[in-house]
Amino acid sequence: MASIGKILRRTFLIGSAAIVGGVAFGVYYVNRPAKNPLKPGDGEAALNPFILIDQNGVTLFAPRAEMGQGVKTTWAALIAEELDVDLDQVTVLHGPAAAAYYNSALIGESLPNKGYDVSDFQHNLGEALGVIGKVLSLQVTGGSTSMKDGFERMRAAGASARETLKQAAAERLGVDRGQLKTASGHVIAPDGTKIAYTELAAVVARMEPIEAPLRDPSEWRYLGRTLPRLDMVEKATGTAQFGVDVRLPGMKFASVRMNPRLGGQMNGFDDSAARAMPGVEKIVDLGNGVAVIATNTWLANKAVEAIEVDWGEAPYPPETDAIFAEIAKAFDTDPNSTMRDDGDASTVPEGATVIEAEYTVPYLAHATMEPMNATALFTGDALELWCGNQAPTLIQFRVANTAGLDTEAVQIHTTYLGGGFGRRGELDFGEIATKVAMAVPGTPVQTIWSREEDMRHDYYRPGAMARMRGAVQDGKAVLIDGAVAAQSCTQQAVERYTGMPGAGPDKVLVEGFFNQPYAVPNYRMSGHIADLKIPVGFWRSVGNSHNGFFHETFIDEMAHAAGRDPLEFRLELARDEHAPSAGCLEAVRDMSGWTGKTPDGVGRGVALTYSFGTPVAQVIEVVDEDGTIRISKAWIACDMGLALDPENVKAQMFGGMMYGLSAACYGEITFADGEVEQMNFPDYDALRMHTAPQVEVQVLETNRFMGGAGEPGTPPSMPALGNALFDLTGKRARTLPLNKSFNLLV
Amino acid sequence: MATSVTINGKTHQVDLPDDVPLLWVLRDEIGLTGTKFGCGVAACGACTVHIDGEAVRSCQVPLSDVWGEVTTIEGIGSPEAMSTVQQAWVDHQVAQCGYCQSGQIMQAAALLAENPAPTDAEIDEAMQGNLCRCGTYPRIRAAIHDAAAKMKEA
Repeated sequence: MASIGKILRRTFLIGSAAIVGGVAFGVYYVNRPAKNPLKPGDGEAALNPFILIDQNGVTLFAPRAEMGQGVKTTWAALIAEELDVDLDQVTVLHGPAAAAYYNSALIGESLPNKGYDVSDFQHNLGEALGVIGKVLSLQVTGGSTSMKDGFERMRAAGASARETLKQAAAERLGVDRGQLKTASGHVIAPDGTKIAYTELAAVVARMEPIEAPLRDPSEWRYLGRTLPRLDMVEKATGTAQFGVDVRLPGMKFASVRMNPRLGGQMNGFDDSAARAMPGVEKIVDLGNGVAVIATNTWLANKAVEAIEVDWGEAPYPPETDAIFAEIAKAFDTDPNSTMRDDGDASTVPEGATVIEAEYTVPYLAHATMEPMNATALFTGDALELWCGNQAPTLIQFRVANTAGLDTEAVQIHTTYLGGGFGRRGELDFGEIATKVAMAVPGTPVQTIWSREEDMRHDYYRPGAMARMRGAVQDGKAVLIDGAVAAQSCTQQAVERYTGMPGAGPDKVLVEGFFNQPYAVPNYRMSGHIADLKIPVGFWRSVGNSHNGFFHETFIDEMAHAAGRDPLEFRLELARDEHAPSAGCLEAVRDMSGWTGKTPDGVGRGVALTYSFGTPVAQVIEVVDEDGTIRISKAWIACDMGLALDPENVKAQMFGGMMYGLSAACYGEITFADGEVEQMNFPDYDALRMHTAPQVEVQVLETNRFMGGAGEPGTPPSMPALGNALFDLTGKRARTLPLNKSFNLLV
Repeated sequence: MATSVTINGKTHQVDLPDDVPLLWVLRDEIGLTGTKFGCGVAACGACTVHIDGEAVRSCQVPLSDVWGEVTTIEGIGSPEAMSTVQQAWVDHQVAQCGYCQSGQIMQAAALLAENPAPTDAEIDEAMQGNLCRCGTYPRIRAAIHDAAAKMKEA
């Protein structure tokens, strides 16, 4: 284990590197600095890959993509907290694709522990495994990791920069550094003289960086309180630039059609009608699809729809029923993983009551508000790509390959994301835009997918099934034995990203299932991989999105079989196993005034899911209004250990819940003749203003380690709603979406 | 033959086929990208603009049918001089990803022009065509009430 300690020490060292016109310092590669991506010009000092100071001001780089989770603001606040700059006086930009922006927390999440039970050793090991993320150059926004990743590193970067600036001022003034203070982007001398950081930039460029201890949280000015979001004015005035808003001189617009039988071949096409259509400049053969470059997106789309294409067959069963039959077959295969096997789950304790249930959930699309798109400029020896994306280094690598260029010849410009939810961690939209732009070297082309193309060419949340068997005795759960079957989005993604087959136990397939904080003596959970070629990927909260539903619906069924109040039943199981989880249940009980009884025409359901390090409990209330069921109220409690921006956390929790409820109510991707049947929002709807519940959110901070915020709100929403519908109607929801079996308000 | 359209008080001669929807005239021809493309079938409201003050889905209005003066999100305010509704959006920190918010704001502005003190039910009725996948609805509702109150004071 000595090597891990060594790696850790090196990882958290504040390194420095001389660069043109300045100095870079911060946290870099394991044992050598990553190339500084900021390439400052003369007179600028890049204090590290996250801070740039020049004569004009201070710029902070937030290398995580802003997809609505507020990371731009909170990331900047981490630096500003130690650097002593005012957030309204600095510029905050998305960082470019660069190895220095690796995401150390993401790989840490893949450790085979339950998460909530991590010891200090395992926690440190997780941090150490994070080093692998750095070595692989994973710059990924996902897994609710941004704050976990940036929390130490950004403050350390800010503190080091501040002390080095003070040292430069101390030498100029001939005083001791300890006599100086800093505030609002200035070093302040004992006599009150102020020197702006910008004045010191050139001197700092020649200095060794100074390490500094982090401030005590009691001294924080920004962190732990709600800050005005830095992207708000832009987003309220239509001036925020999303991928689709990129405008370049001489730019053309393209529309694309790929095989609707996903992964199938293209046998040929006839573009004679399209060629003659107005505005059309070029038809591009993409090998497995076609694109039209035109003077206007709409004209391009009209023309691409006019191309007659002979599409090949799908490499999976063409109908939904046959697909789910394949998934069910996976139960008969050896489990890919059994990550929890406590006690003896094969033997029902004598005298216990057995409960069995089978659940099924559909494939789901991400349906980001901004359809997939990217803008590319290929000049033969270089490529620039503009897009909202969750993985700039991966997309850089992929499109460099597509264009036959070195990664150094590819520049990725990350815009705001009109929703991500996991979809923009994929690379297909960048690759397609690159191929289109390669057809017209020297001309920038924006390739936008129609909503239909986006809906029908997703990397879907896998459809999944669960078979659960449990036993209750004396009002308690004494056995849970469950199996889940689905495609492995992890294995498929590894193959997609690296070209190497993914292998080994897939934790993601069983997350939200094996690692729930309940003390049940006989507890087994196994994951079975269904071998299907439908493209699947990471949908907000990933495996927790289906397993949360399975597990928490089943817990509810067990509570009822035991004759217990479903909230008290859970609370009893959680109390000894994980206090923060129990605290969340108590919080929603108190907030909602839970009594276990509801008047006629009202139903309430509860669910708890621990995911991404954060337990979240939700109570959902439904009302019957003349035969139509409306989701009227919701109460949410989460415990993420430390909430850096409480209002933003609340917004994420509510948003995560809404994303889950939308899927639970209406979300379903089905297949016919190998093609996805859903086209657009009319057949893949989401909750709207009139169907959204009133909500109250409580953010607790007792958890030992910082958890995520963007995803944990999603998993408990679906079972909480199903459980509420059971309370209202007596009918148990074992399949989703719910609008097929309940008369929900639309 | 060029078609004449007035957008945010300025008249443009647009040389595009008659059937090109206003959305794509605004975005790709005029360069006003604040109005967003979401679905193309009037199901999400991201492309909402005003024609003679009425909220319309610009993806459904062919160039030849633009019957009056067009106002887009850029036309009701700017970062330096926001309209009351936009300021309410900032005050209530409404946006998350932000992609749908131009359309939400234009829909809300049209509602408030017609109904200076909408009830929750009236807000539901007016806003239900505008989809938000981030789930910002509670803050949208609060911002509309707040903007209504501010406009009454003014």
